Amino acid sequence: MRNASPVPVLDSINHNLINMLQGGFPISENPYQEIANKVGISEDELLWRLEVMKTDGIYSRFGPLYNAVALGGAVTLAALAVPEKEFERITELVNAHEEVAHNYQRAHHRSPTQFNMWFVISTETADEIGQVIEQIEAETELTVYNMPKLKEYFLELKFVL
Amino acid sequence: MDEIDRKIIAATQNGLPLTPHPYAEVGKEVGLPSEEVMSRMQAMLDNGIIRRIGIIPNHYKLGFKSNGMTVWDIPDDQIDQLGEAVGQLDFVSHCYQRPRHLPDWSYNLFAMVHGKTRNEVLTKTEEISALLGDAVQGHEILFSKQILKKTGFRLQQPPHTPKEGE
Repeated sequence: MRNASPVPVLDSINHNLINMLQGGFPISENPYQEIANKVGISEDELLWRLEVMKTDGIYSRFGPLYNAVALGGAVTLAALAVPEKEFERITELVNAHEEVAHNYQRAHHRSPTQFNMWFVISTETADEIGQVIEQIEAETELTVYNMPKLKEYFLELKFVL
Repeated sequence: MDEIDRKIIAATQNGLPLTPHPYAEVGKEVGLPSEEVMSRMQAMLDNGIIRRIGIIPNHYKLGFKSNGMTVWDIPDDQIDQLGEAVGQLDFVSHCYQRPRHLPDWSYNLFAMVHGKTRNEVLTKTEEISALLGDAVQGHEILFSKQILKKTGFRLQQPPHTPKEGE
């Protein structure tokens, strides 16, 4: 955990940029110039601001976000109920799979089964999801609960500062 | 999608160059004029291979240090209508219908809520609860306690491109 990292101070222009650049970046010869005109700064300043925010880790990536499923890949969310004293060992087993992209420990909850490990499996084909799940079940001797998205309710990723 | 699209994907999935003519720059890398890069990317945007083009903010760095995966048990015949409504809330970054696993797991609607504090996530979850009203048959919030793994989220690797180490 990176609790020590300070929250960066953003001026109003960077605020605007983060709010307005989450989608809809132009596909044109001079896209940065178009955005700079909208914000009322020069293209040079825009590029500099984007460089600095990237270096500061304000954003992780700037560009096209590809849809893994449309590319023929597959993604699912999976959950495990891990006994607390086994947690470290099971984490290592799960994380060892390169198809496991994200893995979070989540606090216990009220459900009859206490799911405390939630991870995303991302593979190049749909069949591989099942294979990874089988491998993890064999290695951990736990049941993997597969929770693929059935539907997405999504307007446009918006993240308002 | 063909081999040329795959080259464009490989050249752009880590981001666009921060230079005045980014698509021309990509074109140089893959050996295409900028017009063709742009028309192919526009086509991929139109057919959903590209979801959007823009910035992927780092919630944590921006001070949104708490995230709660809120999960809801909603009658199947109401979930589409209510899911759409929840998906439009500005503090919900992802909203999905997922399968129940009865009797262990009865929740079928997932909404990821981000906040600067745990209390803010709780308050926002109350707003979702109010929006869903009587349709809620049960719900809870799973707060993240620890990130156990987070790799750069690699999408499909185009053929002949070596996998990046993690």
